[in-house]
Amino acid sequence: MTAQAAPSRRDASRAGKSGGPASPAGLVKISYREAMRAAIREALQRDDRVFLMGEDVGRYGGCFAVSLGLLEEFGPERIRDTPLSESAFVGAGIGAAMAGMRPIVEIMTVNFSLLALDQIMNNAATLLHMSGGQCNVPLVIRMTTGAGRQVAAQHSHSLEGWYTHIPGIKVLAPATLEDARGMLWTALQDPDPVLIFEHGSLYGMEGMLAADAGAVDISSAAIRRQGKDLTLITYGGTLGKALSAADELAKDGIEAEVIDLRALRPLDDATFLASVGKTHRAVIVDEGWRSGSLSAEITARIMERAFYDLDAAVERVCSAEVPMPYPRHLEEAALPQIGGIVAAARRAVG
Amino acid sequence: MTVRQVAPDPLTVQHRHELLRQMLFIRRFEEKCVELYSAGEIRGFVHLYIGEEAVAVGVNESLTPDDNIVSTYREHGHALARGIPVDAVMAEMYGKITGCSKGRGGSMHLFDAGRRFYGGNAIVGGGLPLATGLALADKMRGDQRVTACFFGDGAVAEGEFHECMNLAALWKLPVLFCCENNLYAMGTALERAQAQTDLALRAESYGMTAWPVDGMDVLAVEQAARRAAESVRAGGGPHFLELRTYRFRAHSMYDPELYRGKAEVAEWRERDPIEALAGRMRAAGELSDEELAAIGEKLAAQIDESVMLARAAPAESVDDLTRFVYSTEPA
Repeated sequence: MTAQAAPSRRDASRAGKSGGPASPAGLVKISYREAMRAAIREALQRDDRVFLMGEDVGRYGGCFAVSLGLLEEFGPERIRDTPLSESAFVGAGIGAAMAGMRPIVEIMTVNFSLLALDQIMNNAATLLHMSGGQCNVPLVIRMTTGAGRQVAAQHSHSLEGWYTHIPGIKVLAPATLEDARGMLWTALQDPDPVLIFEHGSLYGMEGMLAADAGAVDISSAAIRRQGKDLTLITYGGTLGKALSAADELAKDGIEAEVIDLRALRPLDDATFLASVGKTHRAVIVDEGWRSGSLSAEITARIMERAFYDLDAAVERVCSAEVPMPYPRHLEEAALPQIGGIVAAARRAVG
Repeated sequence: MTVRQVAPDPLTVQHRHELLRQMLFIRRFEEKCVELYSAGEIRGFVHLYIGEEAVAVGVNESLTPDDNIVSTYREHGHALARGIPVDAVMAEMYGKITGCSKGRGGSMHLFDAGRRFYGGNAIVGGGLPLATGLALADKMRGDQRVTACFFGDGAVAEGEFHECMNLAALWKLPVLFCCENNLYAMGTALERAQAQTDLALRAESYGMTAWPVDGMDVLAVEQAARRAAESVRAGGGPHFLELRTYRFRAHSMYDPELYRGKAEVAEWRERDPIEALAGRMRAAGELSDEELAAIGEKLAAQIDESVMLARAAPAESVDDLTRFVYSTEPA
């Protein structure tokens, strides 16, 4: 995998436009939430095996209103409200996927996903291997992650890094409208379980998206901003902060390259290693905690494979090692912020 | 609650011979496993089903090849009753590539997707959500299939059990829940773990039909399972059988059995399901000692053959270590 400048890389072969949305040329204004909803709707329209299942995805319209209106459009068989039984409905998704369906299971937040961790770890990730290749699990699990909404220590954490520890699953983090629109379909074509982490702060993000936007690849990182002086490596909810920090740095003549990992497992390390080879400096921005983390993994890979390219120690900007506090000022202090990213970048540049 | 009385199926003598043969097959297979384990030829956790054979054999009679089975880590009996070839099961015990899970699973993770046997699940209660999902897929597609889900009394203590009882009943999914109540969750007696020990009653509270069955009587198991499976197949929603049984041997190979008395074990051994059926057949003039011996010899030869094949089978190359993690190797 090589670094690619264009943030947009639609996979035409997988996108298979037939049956997709009408495609008048041009751009439409859309929110991240609407882009995700369009992706789910398209999947339901194109593939009879697809259904959405989770807590309050139907009548309530989805905890974050992602699935609003889909019950009316597709009915209760395919937009399936579940009891508050994460283990049962995630496991049922695994069973249904094994039986040839293409379930999209929504878990309200990553914190709640821990109630289904047995099914994700002990079944979804292991069945293919334990069965000697007989039982694959073509399941997509979507969930909200991240902080920034003052919802305290049981609704705010970024635990996607934990999931990246697990062989057998794939982990995605759509940070852009295009990825919110395009990752789901590709994930549904994957024969193995794919977890999609949607940062809660992104749902209201609006912007322009190609009216015919469709499936995107789910295996490579993207360079969201070109630069020569240092590499900012991030994903998901902190991409915006990293780009803002890059703008700040540019005022001082420091050109930061910003990499959006997109796929957290398998990790496209070639893209950030190539960038570090060019810039010789790396700052990792991750809303997860620092200890035993995805940012630690990225640091290790840079040490293993780009050590002699470095002109400075790798810097990390992570969440403070504290359960997320409720008060706004403490939550803000706990999270990676633009000022902290800029300061880390300046240290790296020296 | 009592076992519901229904008119017995016209079981032929031949059919009873077949049930006896299957139970003996499982028994002899596992006795061979003990021998091989003691000799260090097979390793891992090996959980023996000895004493519980009537459950696997009886329930299997109610299923068609098109039905699904989800099982536990004590699943040699379910796998053999399902018809997974003994050569493939034995090779799995040896971790050989000719095993039914290509050697990757071992005793606790026997799989055969072609026979719709979805594992050996070694997380207590962990198979119930899978069974619920398999049944959900069938219901959504309109397939007339039953998913039989085996689990033990220990699973009743798990949250997943209750979540799945509710979900399956709520959505009227075609699951036949087969609770093998052998009275012990490893070393913890049922009454030391459950405030309410009537497990069928627990299941009934979720709004599904449930009844207890004498799990030491293969004919009673078959009759109950047929009745339940037919009802599930006819759209009656999930059913629950509490199969009252007993494991004669230790929980696994590492268990000194400090938690139960020898007299209790001896008492249950008096109700050995194989002896019980053989005794009935002898009394009815349907089985002679010579016939029984001949069945035993044939089975022994078949199992010995499977051992020879497993020993001779190739081990998987270490070069292939990371196979079966993803369906297609990521770039």
